[in-house]
Amino acid sequence: MKVVLRNLTKRFPSRSKKGDEVIAVNNFDFEIPDGKLIGLLGPSGCGKSTTLNLISGLEAPTEGQIFFGDDDVTRLPPENRGVGLVFQNYALYPHLTVLENIMFPLENLKGKNKMSKQEMREKAREAAALVQIEGLLERRPGEMSGGQQQRVAIARALVKRPRVLLLDEPLSNLDARLRLQTREEIRRIQQETGITTIFVTHDQDEAMSISDMIVVMKAGVVQQIGAPQEVYDDPVNLFVATFLGTPPINVFDASVSGGMLVIGKDRVLPVPGVPDGKITAAIRPEGFVLDGNGPFSLKLTRVEVMGRDTSVVSTHPDCRSPFVRSIIPSRKDFRADGGVVRFSLVPEKVHLFDPESEIRVPFEAGGTAQ
Amino acid sequence: MKKNSLKAWLYLLPAILFLGCFMVYPLVDVLVYSLEEGYSSASQSYYGVGLYNFSYVLRDPYFLQAVKNTFLLVIITVPLSTGIALLISLGLNAIKPLRGFFQTVYFLPYVTNTLAVGLVFMILFKKTAYTDGLVNLMLHFFGGGTVDFIDGPYWAKMFVLCFYTVWVVMPFKILILTSALASVNPEYYSAARMDGANSRRIFRKITLPMISPMIFYLVITGFIGAFKAYSDAVALFGTDLNAAGMNTIVGYVYDMLYGNSGGRPSFASAAALILFAIVLTITCINLLISKKRVHY
Repeated sequence: MKVVLRNLTKRFPSRSKKGDEVIAVNNFDFEIPDGKLIGLLGPSGCGKSTTLNLISGLEAPTEGQIFFGDDDVTRLPPENRGVGLVFQNYALYPHLTVLENIMFPLENLKGKNKMSKQEMREKAREAAALVQIEGLLERRPGEMSGGQQQRVAIARALVKRPRVLLLDEPLSNLDARLRLQTREEIRRIQQETGITTIFVTHDQDEAMSISDMIVVMKAGVVQQIGAPQEVYDDPVNLFVATFLGTPPINVFDASVSGGMLVIGKDRVLPVPGVPDGKITAAIRPEGFVLDGNGPFSLKLTRVEVMGRDTSVVSTHPDCRSPFVRSIIPSRKDFRADGGVVRFSLVPEKVHLFDPESEIRVPFEAGGTAQ
Repeated sequence: MKKNSLKAWLYLLPAILFLGCFMVYPLVDVLVYSLEEGYSSASQSYYGVGLYNFSYVLRDPYFLQAVKNTFLLVIITVPLSTGIALLISLGLNAIKPLRGFFQTVYFLPYVTNTLAVGLVFMILFKKTAYTDGLVNLMLHFFGGGTVDFIDGPYWAKMFVLCFYTVWVVMPFKILILTSALASVNPEYYSAARMDGANSRRIFRKITLPMISPMIFYLVITGFIGAFKAYSDAVALFGTDLNAAGMNTIVGYVYDMLYGNSGGRPSFASAAALILFAIVLTITCINLLISKKRVHY
């Protein structure tokens, strides 16, 4: 089911009498294609959970419309929208068994949709099988691990065969190992059911790894929408560039002179088409190539061996963070003469931004300086 | 090790002495009194040992009246006060403006002296030579006849006693239930709404089980409190409760000790032990039922 958000805005009245109202979601305009897994990504307080609540119907938008397919569901109550929602803390009813929890939504069905007990049990078992918890049906939520509880929550959300599945921070309450497992699981369930799924996360790894598309938000405003790789490779502004990627992108206060990017005293990269003046340069850690004759020299602090590759930690006075992190393939013969390490840069991994507006300044990668 | 246990006993000594003097000794003494036949407090002597005191008490029409009154009071007021308190708490939980104000209003009876309130109730309901009382005036207004609630028929007196008891025990129950309701995680309600449950089902399937431990606590303490009722009846009907036919079991015990027919600690002790047996039985039944119905 295609989900369309039209100029969706949600304003909350301020708590104090004098304060301004809070704009949680500002003019969200987006069409989610059918059967895709979408990650809503942003730092805490950016309005991603509010967006989810608007789609679920738990909150009503101040302005704008929501369509599922061609149905306008903006004014529909949550139970009539055909959405399944998995809460961040799962919100499983503690006094009911797993089976009763999963059956709960079915027991509320009325009219021609009403089911017999037998049918309900069958449907609940089906949903439990999908998330692989058939063996736990008689347990209570308190007797299960976080990962199991979450599966129950997903089964409860899926049992009515919703048109749209929503997950609020699905992985944040799980430990690191379980997180990896569960995100594969979510991907698998989404692909098996083909239900359009939207999940909220502040963890970019999570969003990038399983989403078909990610939506990056900041302060209620959508920054960028696209396939994970696309957004990573082609950030529209400095916020998106810094928010995506681990280790984070390295940001330098730099300048452009005669078509060359200048960081400190080094003329590091030809950037044709960019006018002279101050500029913010951001370089992905994998954009550094160890090169004894490279134009970019950094003061080496330490080398962290990570097995598959090596992380070179160095400093530069114009870098905004205390350390510059670069990732290079592992090599044994790593040497730094006099504490200085020299790099050349991969043009596709260097992004320039206007220092004032922080909007991306494009340049022709692979070109040469005039 | 030895030294340690000596120290431990030393620390426990004040509490043990205190409990021994004022809890264990009187309890044992009650048992002893109840078995001493024909005990006279004047001569401090008795004729023999046996169960005569119990059989006397169980055949005393005043005691039977007191048991009947107490049971009626318990059966009527405990469910009624808990139910009404739940309704009021749900209402309080649902409103935002003036919640604090109403909470205070509902809590006021709790900090008011029960005897004073009882007297006020008596004046509201009593019919005297000069006036029919406020309640009767209101009954007149709605076309009813005059009823003397204080010195009149049994059902009228029972009604006043129950009404008064419900009114007195309600504030505490409202206090407990509003805080129980407030402590239910709102995410459960959101989840239930997502699952399409209507408000009645949400109440039955989510709210009620979630606050069931508190309701159970209120029912148990309500039963015990109602079985021990006495001062309420005194406030409404005066000290000669046997004559008014409104005595309670505790009132009977008191009268046996200090009333007009007083000075009979053996009968009083027997009656007290019978009350103890009743309360124990009821509480055990409550616990058994709660195992099925209460979700912790």
